[in-house]
Amino acid sequence: MAKVEIGRIDQLPKRLGKRVRVGNHELALFRTGDGRVYAVENRCPHKGGDLSQGIVSGEYVFCPLHDWKICLKDGRAQAPDEGCVKTYRVAVEDGSVYVEL
Amino acid sequence: MKRKLVLVGNGMAGVRCIEEIVKLDREAFEITIFGSEPHPNYNRILLSTVLQGDTSIEEMTLNSWEWYEQNGIRLFAGETVTDIDHEERVVRTDRGRVVEYDELILATGSNPFILPVPGADLPGVTAFRNIQDCERMIEYAKAYKKAAVIGGGLLGLEAARGLLNLGMDVDVIHIFDYLMERQLDPTASKLLQRELEKQGMNFLLRKETAELFGDGRVEGVRFKDGTEIAADLVVMAVGIRPNVDLARRSGIAVNRGIVVNDYLETSVPHVYAVGECAEHRGVVYGLVAPLYEQGKVLAEAICGRKGKPYEGSVVSTQLKVSGVDVFSAGEFMDVEGTESIKLYDEARSVYKKVVVREGKIVGAVLFGDTKEGRKLLAMIERGDSLEALSLSLFAPASSGGKGSLVAAMADADVVCGCNGVTKGAICQAIAEYGLKTVAEVRDYTNASRSCGGCKGLVAELLEHMLGEEANRYAVKETICGCTDLSREEVLEAIKEKRLMTVKEVMSVLGWKNEEGCSKCRPALNYYLGMLYPGEYEEEAESLFVNERLHANIQADGTYSVVPRMYGGVTTAEQLRNIADVAEKYNVPMIKLTGGQRIDLLGVKKEDLPRIWADLGMPSGYAYAKALRTVKTCVGKQFCRFGTQDSTALGIRMEQTFERLKTPHKVKMAVSACPRNCAESGMKDVGVVGVEGGWEIYVGGNGGTHLRAADLLCTVKTEEEVIEMTGAFLQYYRESAHYLERTSKWVERVGLEHIREVLFDVETRRALLERLHKALAATKDPWREIVENERLQQTLFRDIGDKEPVPAK
Ligand SMILES: Cc1cc2nc3c(=O)[nH]c(=O)nc-3n(C[C@H](O)[C@H](O)[C@H](O)COP(=O)(O)OP(=O)(O)OC[C@H]3O[C@@H](n4cnc5c(N)ncnc54)[C@H](O)[C@@H]3O)c2cc1C
Ligand code: SF4
Ligand code: FES
Repeated sequence: MAKVEIGRIDQLPKRLGKRVRVGNHELALFRTGDGRVYAVENRCPHKGGDLSQGIVSGEYVFCPLHDWKICLKDGRAQAPDEGCVKTYRVAVEDGSVYVEL
Repeated sequence: MKRKLVLVGNGMAGVRCIEEIVKLDREAFEITIFGSEPHPNYNRILLSTVLQGDTSIEEMTLNSWEWYEQNGIRLFAGETVTDIDHEERVVRTDRGRVVEYDELILATGSNPFILPVPGADLPGVTAFRNIQDCERMIEYAKAYKKAAVIGGGLLGLEAARGLLNLGMDVDVIHIFDYLMERQLDPTASKLLQRELEKQGMNFLLRKETAELFGDGRVEGVRFKDGTEIAADLVVMAVGIRPNVDLARRSGIAVNRGIVVNDYLETSVPHVYAVGECAEHRGVVYGLVAPLYEQGKVLAEAICGRKGKPYEGSVVSTQLKVSGVDVFSAGEFMDVEGTESIKLYDEARSVYKKVVVREGKIVGAVLFGDTKEGRKLLAMIERGDSLEALSLSLFAPASSGGKGSLVAAMADADVVCGCNGVTKGAICQAIAEYGLKTVAEVRDYTNASRSCGGCKGLVAELLEHMLGEEANRYAVKETICGCTDLSREEVLEAIKEKRLMTVKEVMSVLGWKNEEGCSKCRPALNYYLGMLYPGEYEEEAESLFVNERLHANIQADGTYSVVPRMYGGVTTAEQLRNIADVAEKYNVPMIKLTGGQRIDLLGVKKEDLPRIWADLGMPSGYAYAKALRTVKTCVGKQFCRFGTQDSTALGIRMEQTFERLKTPHKVKMAVSACPRNCAESGMKDVGVVGVEGGWEIYVGGNGGTHLRAADLLCTVKTEEEVIEMTGAFLQYYRESAHYLERTSKWVERVGLEHIREVLFDVETRRALLERLHKALAATKDPWREIVENERLQQTLFRDIGDKEPVPAK
C-alpha cells in the first residue's frame, strides 16, 4: 500500500476532472459539487474513454466518448451498461491531496 | 364484344369518371383517352401548392402511366381531338388519328379567361391553369422581382402567395373593392385582406386594367384611371370559360357550357359531358367536388346501372394559403329574405356567419377558425333547420378541445368534400385495414387526395380512432429524464423568471437530479447563451469536452485541430505554417476533411494551446454545435459553367456567421451553377447560383438523417442571401430543440411555417437584430485561451506525474 501526495486541493476545480499519472497508473481525479474528492482509474470500461474529461453530475461522471454513466464512489457503470473501473481511496489533509494505491 | 368508350380530356373530372367506370365494370369497355396536355392525369388543384413550394410536380400525378396500362386504357397524351362525327361515331385528332366510339364523354375542362386588352400577348403574361403556366412562373421568379396578379379571387390569391414564396414582390389587382367576392362577404373579405397584407401582398383595389405595356416583354400594367405599375410578370386570374369549342363545332347544344341533363347526357345520343365544360341546370361548376359527383352518376348510367340522378351541388370553398383559414358555402350574402347569425371577434380575427332562409341553414362564412366548415356544409346540404345548429360553433376558438369535433360528427357527415368521403367510410377503412397514417387513409379512401384541406380532420379522426396508441406517440417530449418540463416550458420559465445560470434553472424548476446530466446541462447552457447573448457566461463544466476544450476528442483521448479556412481557400504561406506546426508537434496524421479544410489529428490535450498560438489562425469550430464550414465550388472566376462568384459569397457567409452557436452543427455550401459541385442540396443552408440570382436551400443533411434540402426562396443579390440565411439561422437557434439538426427541425415545424416567419419583413428584421447581437458577443476561443494562463491551467494541464512513495 502506498499513499501518494499528488497535488493541492486548489488544483482541482469543482466538477472538472483532472488526469494524474502515478507510476504506471493513470487516474482521473474529481472534486464534486459538494466538495468531496474521488479518484478512479482513468479508463472507461466501455472502450477506454478518458473519464477525466467527462461531465460530472453529483457522484457520477459521463464518459465523453459514448456517454456511459460511471459512479465515482464504487466505479460501477450504470444500467443498462455494465462494467466497473477501479476506485482509489483519497484523503485531503492540510490542503494536500493523497491517494492510496 | 366490348363497347368502345372514348374520353376527350384527360383531366380531373374525366379520368375520375373513368376510374368509377373501371370500378363498376372492368370488362365492359375498350377505353381510349385523349388529352391535349403531355402528362398523365394530374391534380390540377395542387398547382397552387407547387407554386408555393410545398409539392413537387411529380407528387401531383393522380394516375400514373402504369395505371392506364394496368387497366388496359389507351392514352394519347399531347393529342387534341379536333372533330366529332356523331353520325359515323368517330372522333378525329390533330395527329390525323380516327377512333370509333360507342359512347363518348367530353371532359374538356375550361380555358382561362384572358382580358382582351392590348399587350395581353406579350411575353411575361401568363394564365394559371396548367403545369406549363406554373413552370413559367417559377422560371420568371428566378430572374425577375416584380409580379402583378390580375384578379383577387381564389386563384389569383393562391398564385400571389406562390410568387411571394418564390421571392417576388407581388401586387394583386382587383376590379372590385373587396377580395373573393364570389365566396366572401365584405367583413370576411376585409379580414382576409388584412391577413394577406401581413404576409406581404400588396393590393390595388377598384383598378380596371386598360393595357399591358412593354418593349419585347411585359414591363408594366396601365389602368383605366391613368395610373400604372411596373411588372416583369403578369398573371391573369380573372376567371375561366368552359371549353366548348369542340362540342359547338360538332353540333352539340351549348349554352355557357355544354348543356347536360341530370344523367349528364348532351343533346346528341351517346355523347355525355362532365366537369367544368358542362352546364347543368344552368350552372357550370369550377370545383372538383361537384365534378366528381357528376362523374359518379355518369359512370353508373354508362354501365347501365342508372341510379340517383345528379341534382346539383352546394359548393364550398377553402383557400389554400397557409396561415389563412377561410371557408364559405352556399348562400353566404345577406340579402332580402335571409337572416344571419354572426360572431365577429376582431381581436382574434375570427368571424363566423351562418345564413338562414325560412328557418333553414342555407349558407355560411367562416374566417380564422374553419374547423366546423364540413359540418356546416353537411347541414346546408341536408337543409337542416336552425335548431340543429350547436351554439358551440360560436364559442371562442380555444374551447372545446381537440378531437371533440370529429367525435361529434355523424357517420354520414362528409369529411373530404372533394371526394365525398364520409366519416363512417374513413372509420371503417381505418378499422378494416389497420390504417395508421393520413397517407394510408388517402390511398384507401380517396379522402384528402385532392385539395388536401381535410388532412387535419383526417389526422384528428385517426387520433380519435387509435386512441391509446396515438396517445403513446403524443407523450410530451421533456428535455431529459431530470425534469418533466418540455423545452418550451423551460424556455418560458427562464425568460419569465430571468434565470441566469444552469444551476438556477435546475433548482428553481425543481430538477430531479440536483446537478442534471450530460443531456440537460449542455442544453441549458445553449439555451441560456441563446437567450442572453453577451450576458450569459458559458459554464465550462456544463459543456461537452469538445466545446470545453475547443477541439475534437478522438477515440484514443487525443484531439484534432481544424483551423478555419474561409470558403475552403488557403494560401501557400498558410500551408507552410500548418506544415511547420505539424512537424513541431509530431502530428501523426494530416488529413483533408469533407468540408474543405485541413485536420491535424492526434494532438495531445496539453499541446493544444501552444499549437493554436503557433498556427495563429482562428478556430474552425470543427468540434462545435455552431457554424462549421461553408463549402464552395470553383465558381465563375475559373469554372467555365459558373454564373456567379460562389467562392466570394462563401467566404463572406463564413465570415459573417463564424462562431455562431446553434442547436446542432450547421454546414453550408455555395455552388455557382445548378451543377452544384459544392453539394448545396444536402447542407443545412445551401446556395446555388442561377442566372441573375441565387437559390437558397435549407434543411439538407448528408449525415444520419439523409435528406435533400428544400428550396426556401430565390433571391437576386448577395445581400439578400446573407439576410435570408441570417434570419433562417436565428429562427433555427430560437426554436429548435438542442441537438436537433435543421433537417429534423424543418420537418417538424414545416417549411411553410418557416417561410411565413422569414418572409414577414418585420419578423425578419427582428430576427436579424437578435442575430447580430449574438454575433457581436462572440470571440475567437483559441485566442482567448492562448491569452489566458488561468484557463490553460484549469482546462488543459494535468497534475504532474508522481512516483509512488511507500506509506509511512
Ligand atoms: C391553380 C388551380 C387551383 C385550383 N384549386 C382548386 C381547389 O382548391 N379546389 C377545387 O375544388 N378546385 C380547384 N381548382 C379547380 C379544379 O382544378 C377544376 O375544377 C378541375 O380540374 C376541373 O376538371 P375538368 O376535368 O373538368 O377539367 P381539367 O382538369 O381542366 O381537364 C380538362 C383537360 O382536357 C384537355 N382537353 C381540352 N380539350 C381537349 C381536346 N379537344 N382534346 C384533348 N384534350 C382536351 C385539357 O388539356 C385538360 O387537360 C383549381 C384550379 C386551378 C387551375
Ligand atoms: S457548381 Fe457550376 S460553377 Fe461551380 S464548379 Fe460546379 S460546374 Fe463550375
Ligand atoms: S468509452 Fe466510455 S462510453 Fe464508450
